[in-house]
Amino acid sequence: MNIVETGLSWWQVKPDVLWTDWLIYALLIVVAVFINHARQHEHLRAPWRLILRRRLAMSSCIILLAFATVGLLDSVHFRQAVEQRSDGTIRYGNESISLFDQIVLPLKKYTEKTYSAPFAVQLYSKENIEMDDGSMRRDYPRLKYGGAHLADKPSARYEDIKSRVITALWKAGVLIVAITIILALWRGAKRSQGLACSLRSMWLGHGDIPWKTIIATLAFIIILISLSLHLATVYHIFGTDKVGQDVFYLTLKSIRTGLVIGTLTTLVMLPFAIMLGIMAGYYRGWIDDVIQYIYTTLSSIPSVLLIVAAVLMIQVIIDNNPDVFSTLQQRADVKLLALCFILGITSWTGLCRLLRGESLKLREADYIQAAQSFGVSNLKIITRHILPNVMHIVLILVVIDFSGLVLAEAVLSYVGVGVDPSMISWGNMINGARLEMAREPIVWWSLMAAFVFMLMLVLTANLFADAVRDAFDPRLRNS
Amino acid sequence: MLTYILRRLMYAIPILIGVNLITFSLFFIVNTPDNIARMQLGVKNVTPAAIEKWKANHGYDKPLLFNKNNDGMAAFTDTIFYTKSVKLFVFDFGSSDEGRDISHDIQQRMWPSLAIAIPSLLVGLLVNITLAMLLAFFRGTYIDITGVIAGIFLISISALFYIIGGQYIMSKLWHLVPISGYSEGFSGFKFLILPVAIAIVGGVGSGTRWYRTIFLEEINKDYVRTARAKGLSEIGVLFRHVLKNAMIPILTGVVVIIPLLFMGSLLTESFFGIPGLGSYTIDAIHAQDFAIVRAMVFLGSVLYIIGLILTDISYTLVDPRIRLS
Repeated sequence: MNIVETGLSWWQVKPDVLWTDWLIYALLIVVAVFINHARQHEHLRAPWRLILRRRLAMSSCIILLAFATVGLLDSVHFRQAVEQRSDGTIRYGNESISLFDQIVLPLKKYTEKTYSAPFAVQLYSKENIEMDDGSMRRDYPRLKYGGAHLADKPSARYEDIKSRVITALWKAGVLIVAITIILALWRGAKRSQGLACSLRSMWLGHGDIPWKTIIATLAFIIILISLSLHLATVYHIFGTDKVGQDVFYLTLKSIRTGLVIGTLTTLVMLPFAIMLGIMAGYYRGWIDDVIQYIYTTLSSIPSVLLIVAAVLMIQVIIDNNPDVFSTLQQRADVKLLALCFILGITSWTGLCRLLRGESLKLREADYIQAAQSFGVSNLKIITRHILPNVMHIVLILVVIDFSGLVLAEAVLSYVGVGVDPSMISWGNMINGARLEMAREPIVWWSLMAAFVFMLMLVLTANLFADAVRDAFDPRLRNS
Repeated sequence: MLTYILRRLMYAIPILIGVNLITFSLFFIVNTPDNIARMQLGVKNVTPAAIEKWKANHGYDKPLLFNKNNDGMAAFTDTIFYTKSVKLFVFDFGSSDEGRDISHDIQQRMWPSLAIAIPSLLVGLLVNITLAMLLAFFRGTYIDITGVIAGIFLISISALFYIIGGQYIMSKLWHLVPISGYSEGFSGFKFLILPVAIAIVGGVGSGTRWYRTIFLEEINKDYVRTARAKGLSEIGVLFRHVLKNAMIPILTGVVVIIPLLFMGSLLTESFFGIPGLGSYTIDAIHAQDFAIVRAMVFLGSVLYIIGLILTDISYTLVDPRIRLS
């Protein structure tokens, strides 16, 4: 690549923040403020402690954090310097790439010609190959990058994979032991225990924190990372797709799209739902009537159809004004954001209804009656007394909605009203792979990769949501 | 009773007007007919004359809300709002952008949708309730925990994978049923097995989970304790008391979706090539035929509102404590 030729380093970059990036940063700030707030209040800390004490929830939480890390790294976009002009100014490339792209650069760069199976060294289909003596032969051509280090001996592939797996496991094992010792030392330092003593009580499961689960989950993640570091750099571990892109790279990039849809949708709908729901329940009267009318009307349109109608319309607008966006990537990004808004509009009604019901109940509570008779303003009552008392409902619904939204993305992309076709997402991966099911031999790897990663994200999110609901739902806690 | 139903129907009118206004503004104000015409004709090499011609052919050449050129009522009726949106109220869907009569299409395509949806609903209900009863019977044991976790696992799989996987295994590997297609009468039975089975498997996770919660809520009530105290066996308690009382939330949950069965399922129908309303909608989306999408949005809302009214009525039928007033 010309980066090396021009003598520019990869870090000579110009930040290029997409719209969704801004919102993700905003979401990070919201989460940080919330965590900070919850840390200082015992009644908020207690349910979280309850959640993290459950083994399944703790393990899900760690895996979700790993997904979030990938998503965040993939949300730092910049443009790389392409060449240095004679007057000293630097020209930047058109494509904005993310920090994550930079980390997994080999995966992004090593594209083949077309399909190839996982760990393959040859293409999926036969082609005419010109031999050294000038004659033509019909055979499977060697891949440009997959197994290229094997040079002339593709038959050594199994030996090579085996030795790489062993090295990867060995290194991962060392790292896991090191991390276990560090965690044990840290835990021991807090309660002035020695290393051996701390390790022993971690093993026996003393105390509230399920250390064994934490270490097992970390080990699982570390082994996966180590395996992919040793294998994915020289093979296409999930094969390649129709245009030769590495499927492993695609499925990793899809994480961000899934997370954006799952979280930003909630972020954009929450202010509406909370404000309208509480207002309807607290003020009653005509305000209640109007708000109820709005959400009943919106919710009586089947949500898929409303999404379809809205997305189709937005697509027409975007397609008719192509000049507004300087790159395809920005256009796809704005489409993604629009999709989040539309999904938000269709999904706020449920939360709004619940909040209205809860506020109706709360406004009759003694402490709110007391506040009213003391002459506390309505705004203050809402923010100081009602809002904190409905936040658990908001939180439960947010985590429950997340997995549904990730799944919805795939379905909507199939229907043709999802994310932009140029955007990498699980929905688009499935959609592209679906048509290849009829091939012989069948091209299964794209589907499998999307399936495994989606299942992992949605399953952990569901398990986590279950724990959150159990911990925060007062009805369940009492019974 | 009759006055109650009438009043509920009256409540539905403002909501339908709201739905109509939303679709109207989405399809005509957010996007002018010019944009739609340009979309249909292809963004490139499109002349103003071609746009005008397309609009005239499809009846989009009128003013949106008010026609200055006409007098009296015609000033309001000779507009896009009247011809395209108000007429939806009398289920006059007009013709699609391709020129087909939408109402006729809907009447024809309704039956294949029902042929899939009704068996899926009934068998699915039976399976879900049976499994939920089983989990409720074994509540707190490892069977229950395993069932709940298996349920979460099933929920976490995208509907697309159920369909693709089912088609691959049942049709391509084992050749048990045809991969897709549809035909009327009894010969069509073989086409229905797989879509119905997949719809049931796809819904078993969430269904069982939901009914289990309902059963567990009932099981903790006082009358159940009384029933146990008088010596009734656990199975007797479950079937004679819990199931009967849990039927109220179950039934009302089911009634609300019955009218929507007409709409069919977007995914199932398009994957299996069933000529129902679901695939009709999908085809319209792919062809960007906005007239059909608009009609389906309105129809869906009407059916949903009917479902809500039926729910309220069924409440009073199954629960004598609720009186309509």
